[in-house]
Amino acid sequence: MPAEGPKTATAASGELKPSNSNPVKIAKGTSQKKESPPVAATEKKGSDRATDKDRKKDVPHPRMQFDDKSRVEKAKKRSVVKQTEAKNRVELFRHLPQYEHGTRLPELESRFFQLDPVHPAVFKVGLRYLAGDISGGNARCIAMLQAFQESIKDYSTPPEKALIRDLTAKVNCYVSFLIECRPLSISMGNAIRFLKTRIAKLPLTLSESEAKATLLTDIDRFISEKIILADKVIVKHAVTKIRDGDVLLTYGSSSAVEMILLHAHELGKDFRVVVVDARPKLEGRLLLRRLVGKGVKCTYTHINAISYIMHEVTRVLLGASSVLSNGTVYSRVGTASVAMVAHSFRVPVLICCEAYKFHERVQLDSICSNELGDPEAIAKVPGRMEINHLDGWSNSDNLQLLNLIYDATPSDYVSMIITDYGMIPPTSVPVIVREYRREYLWT
Amino acid sequence: MNALVNEFIIKLKKRKIEGSKATAKLTAEVLRSCISQQRLPHTNQAAALIDAIRTIGEKLIAANPVELAVGNIVRRVLHIIREEDVSLTAAAVGGLAVSAGSDDEDDFKQDDHPGLSAAAVAAAARSTLRPPSLQTLLEDIPQSTAAPHTSSSGGDSEGKSKSADKNTASRKLKHNVIEAVNELIQDIATCHEQIAEQAVEHIHHNEVILTLGNSRTVMEFLCAAKEKKRSFRVFVAEGAPRYQGHALAKELVARGLQTTVITDSAIFAMISRVNMVVVGAHAVMANGGVIAPVGMNMVALAAQRHAVPFVVLAGTHKLCPLYPHNPEVLLNELKSPAELLDFGEFSDCLDFGTSSGSPLLHVVNPAFDYVPPNLVSLFITDTGGHNPSYMYRLIADYYSADDFVVKQSSIS
Repeated sequence: MPAEGPKTATAASGELKPSNSNPVKIAKGTSQKKESPPVAATEKKGSDRATDKDRKKDVPHPRMQFDDKSRVEKAKKRSVVKQTEAKNRVELFRHLPQYEHGTRLPELESRFFQLDPVHPAVFKVGLRYLAGDISGGNARCIAMLQAFQESIKDYSTPPEKALIRDLTAKVNCYVSFLIECRPLSISMGNAIRFLKTRIAKLPLTLSESEAKATLLTDIDRFISEKIILADKVIVKHAVTKIRDGDVLLTYGSSSAVEMILLHAHELGKDFRVVVVDARPKLEGRLLLRRLVGKGVKCTYTHINAISYIMHEVTRVLLGASSVLSNGTVYSRVGTASVAMVAHSFRVPVLICCEAYKFHERVQLDSICSNELGDPEAIAKVPGRMEINHLDGWSNSDNLQLLNLIYDATPSDYVSMIITDYGMIPPTSVPVIVREYRREYLWT
Repeated sequence: MNALVNEFIIKLKKRKIEGSKATAKLTAEVLRSCISQQRLPHTNQAAALIDAIRTIGEKLIAANPVELAVGNIVRRVLHIIREEDVSLTAAAVGGLAVSAGSDDEDDFKQDDHPGLSAAAVAAAARSTLRPPSLQTLLEDIPQSTAAPHTSSSGGDSEGKSKSADKNTASRKLKHNVIEAVNELIQDIATCHEQIAEQAVEHIHHNEVILTLGNSRTVMEFLCAAKEKKRSFRVFVAEGAPRYQGHALAKELVARGLQTTVITDSAIFAMISRVNMVVVGAHAVMANGGVIAPVGMNMVALAAQRHAVPFVVLAGTHKLCPLYPHNPEVLLNELKSPAELLDFGEFSDCLDFGTSSGSPLLHVVNPAFDYVPPNLVSLFITDTGGHNPSYMYRLIADYYSADDFVVKQSSIS
């Protein structure tokens, strides 16, 4: 399949798609390991010179569209996880994968000892993604990187193969497995991109153990610099924006926002937190529990009451899954509504997001690219037995349940984005993506 | 009679009656039985009846001040009494005018307008019940100011001189009022159908409609369009914390509509693909603002952002003649936190009235939202579609300005 060569190259060389990544291409990279040579070659060239060609390569690659039947068929043949398509699919979201949830996990678990190509650590992380044990951009990213570290530790180059090529192929294989468990978050996509660049840039003179050690320290450095230290810097910046008497509103559960609130509380600032929550995940409850446990004064409400509560709010602090280069904030579904209401009440909206989650992709609405959760979660309201109108919903053809995971907040609702590079307006996101990321992430 | 009123008041206080339509209907029925049992004096019957209804109305409104439908119906009934009274006296005066030649000294008024027909007098008297419109102001100033004299003097003279007619007249007033209240109850009962009839004019093929929570009016509206062979899709937001959207979705699917249930948080994400937002209301205020189930302001803002028409369906019993002041707080109701949080899980930090000092955790669960008039594109009532800016005029048709404040103390 020589014609497929260039495509594979682009797919591997930096275009590991966030969320709706392209399993077809990655699967190609994995199943035909002999194709890896061009991958490494183009990659090297690309990063060495910042030419027009390179810039073109920076244009995000089109994502897998699940309404393209022939390609979905191809992808299916190669996938590790057998997925059954959901019965009542939402027409508008044909381009996104809509699978039966709940059927995959037991099947995968039973195959734990039979999966050759996937390292057990990666397999475990994949299962936890699938089960929903790990959620949140940072947590998922760290878990994945640590699993990769494990697999690199255990890695040994097969005879007659080059480490760089073989390891890249291995990573591709892991990634496609993870995508089958749950679409990648943008943070994970960026981290994978980083790892692959590091692998590709390994000097050929290094011995296997040296190369492995370099990679392990690189990953460690990424975790500590890009995630942990970045969060600390964000906390330091954001705390300056919290004053005594403030009423801060937050939505869902963001790790960065939680750290900010706890740190401000430790500093003895007198403020109140409004935790807004929404179905079906109700992540706000967990945040509420943790904040109340630390003695922070809290008010809890649901997203419909946002207009009621916004009167008393002085600042809105939100987390983000990613910030796209047109300033759009891609985050947990509902964030856009909260930002919109805050905007109409003239309350400043501060987005807390680490710079490694920035992405050069642009997006105008929440429909073109998104992730769909388990529709069953909508039909059932936990703790409210009397609401059972939707039991057996899948039997009627006319009824669909839509469980969106993310939405896109337009940049005009965002007053400020707090990142590890400082506090910036949403219009400055492309600058960060352009200047800093090339400098710090890819080299 | 008191027992009936008290029972109703208790029900209102305990929030046993759900929905403004049911409340409106029950209020009208209670008031009807009050009217029929009310003993009327020989003179000035209308005033006596109005006083009686006012006293009851005040109690009913106080029982659940947030349920504006109660006050609306009380005011509607008061208005009906006034109208019936005026038309009766006008008829009487008209009758007198015909025989004006015989007893001039009694009806000094008739000399000023000798050729006045009964219909003209009635119209003039009626116009005094409404806030003066530009037309009445310009057309005939002396007539409208003189009209009250006619009615009162006519009524008095009638009471004094023609005692034989009195008994039948009193019965007639009561009878007419009860007839009119019956009509009102009928109107409330059929407002769904009236509104639903207009559905085809607003919903077209292949449209996508979004709605929040459950409203019977909305359901009938959508189903009516479906019955007229329009095929369209409906997005139903669940409407936390009551999740009535689930019930609506079930009902719509049973009627064969393409329905998609979304979470409330996904409203902003989905609204860009929606052609029209159709929602029900709790009450419509005189300025065109809407008191609606919680979450509606968010939907309205999202609709405005994407220039999606925001259509509110409301029966005329939901029109409230009051102008809202700080409605988010004053016309709102906070529901039980149990709908949001499991008490057992958070009992250590919730305030449940026993611990001293301020608790760490508050749970806010409001029942209503206020949507300002500038976010509403259209009201569809049983009398047709109206702009929010026209609401004040529509209200003038159903209420008299004297009844806006029902409280007795402010009058006597």
